[in-house]
Amino acid sequence: MSEAKPLHEGLFTWPDPAAGLIGSRCLDCGEHAFPAQSSCRACSGQNTAPANLGSEGTLWTWTIQSFMPKAPYDTDETPETFTPYGVGYIELACGLKVESRLRENTPEQLRIGMPMTMELITVRQNGDGEELLTFQFCAAKESH
Amino acid sequence: MDVAIVGVGLHPFGRTASMSGLEQGAAAVRSALADAGTDFKAMQFAFGGSQDSGNADSLVNLLGLTGLQFTNVANGCATGGSSLNAAYSAIKSGQYDVGLVVGFDKHARGAFNPKPKDWGLDDWYGETGLMLTTQYFGMKIQRYMHDHGISRETLIRVAEKAYRNGSLTPTAWRKTALSWEEIDNAPMVSEPLNKYMFCSPAEGGCALVVCRSDIAHRFHPKPIYLKTAVVRSRNYGSFEVFSPSQPPEVADSPTVNASTAAFELAGVGPGDIDVAQLQDTEVGAEIMHMAENGFCAHGEQEQWLAEGATDINGRLPVNTDGGCLANGEPVGASGLRQVHEICIQLRGDAGERQVAGEPQVGYTHVYGAPGISGVNILTR
Repeated sequence: MSEAKPLHEGLFTWPDPAAGLIGSRCLDCGEHAFPAQSSCRACSGQNTAPANLGSEGTLWTWTIQSFMPKAPYDTDETPETFTPYGVGYIELACGLKVESRLRENTPEQLRIGMPMTMELITVRQNGDGEELLTFQFCAAKESH
Repeated sequence: MDVAIVGVGLHPFGRTASMSGLEQGAAAVRSALADAGTDFKAMQFAFGGSQDSGNADSLVNLLGLTGLQFTNVANGCATGGSSLNAAYSAIKSGQYDVGLVVGFDKHARGAFNPKPKDWGLDDWYGETGLMLTTQYFGMKIQRYMHDHGISRETLIRVAEKAYRNGSLTPTAWRKTALSWEEIDNAPMVSEPLNKYMFCSPAEGGCALVVCRSDIAHRFHPKPIYLKTAVVRSRNYGSFEVFSPSQPPEVADSPTVNASTAAFELAGVGPGDIDVAQLQDTEVGAEIMHMAENGFCAHGEQEQWLAEGATDINGRLPVNTDGGCLANGEPVGASGLRQVHEICIQLRGDAGERQVAGEPQVGYTHVYGAPGISGVNILTR
């Protein structure tokens, strides 16, 4: 089995991805950001700390990427193997809305307000055969 | 001292394989100078920009090395708006009497492919497929339709109007009117927006000669007065392109700020506007911008479009030349094309697409990444 690692460090907890996305919280005004920032977009302060943003939310808006994007898109897909993917904003418990790829990729599967949960997907393999991972969201199972 | 526009020039948008972007910019300048009955040597300053076709001040190699002050402007889709704003200030302050505003571009076919680093983002954002303006436009109108009851029919109506107006505009790129069915059945690009609901990156150039209003009649018998030129960037919370996250509260867009300020400075209100150009990089943008610019309440667009209120013979004609949808978008020139069209309409020179009743007050609005908006109000 090949090794896997995040495509970009610091976007989600690793190696235990269950905890979810990592952002930052402004200690002065309380506003959150994703990805984590050292300064605050709301109050211009520089007093921020890392914050776990969780892995659950609801779908705030969505679209579907129907054609294979040009560079800088960088996956192992070819125009022949490209599969359309959903893109949306997920409203998290803290209120922040995070932009994400969605596993669902047809209009019938997507509805504003539906519960969503985070998962990891492979973006591509690097030269060492390692799987490079990123986060995406998918419909949450209504099991609890 | 008021500011007048006394020369307008366009190198028609679309594709001109034989000319570079810079050459299309120079052609637009020559056309604007001819319209003003003057020459490049008389220009005391220039503000100009292009996104993909090099430094605007390279134009002096083609137009003449006269030693004028030439400032390059780079403000994404609002480059034209920012250039005109700078020229407005240069005249208004008394620093100069007459000068030039120019924008041009020549983009590759297909969607733009911006680089994350240019926008303060890390590479993962682009590599994983989130760095597309088309996605943002799809997501913004998707939420807007949900919140304000806008139907798919209204999206189709905006596209229909754009290509119909394009068919009346000799300089338009898309000069063929499209039927409801053709638009309805076009391939989907980014839900809910399909191929005919998006404008395409294109090529072209546009230029304006601006001067002190007290000398305007030396240049042109029908000067158009630039009452105000306002540019604003985004607020915390406005829903913008290339945003990995958005704050909980949705704030007003920069368009609302620019529009409010422009109406205040010009001393007129939305009801005074006779003809408008609203940024329509896709049909959803035109719909949302009708409300963001204060012309109607959110949701009223549904009725406005059904009634044809924004048609050339409607109560507020919008994008009379077919807008970005029928002209394409050479980024550096696009905002100036809007001003060009308003000048032509206020002069009464718009031919088949002329708004009836001698329009007195015109309005232009440009919007661009990553959340910047420019509004101009013009009068005859």
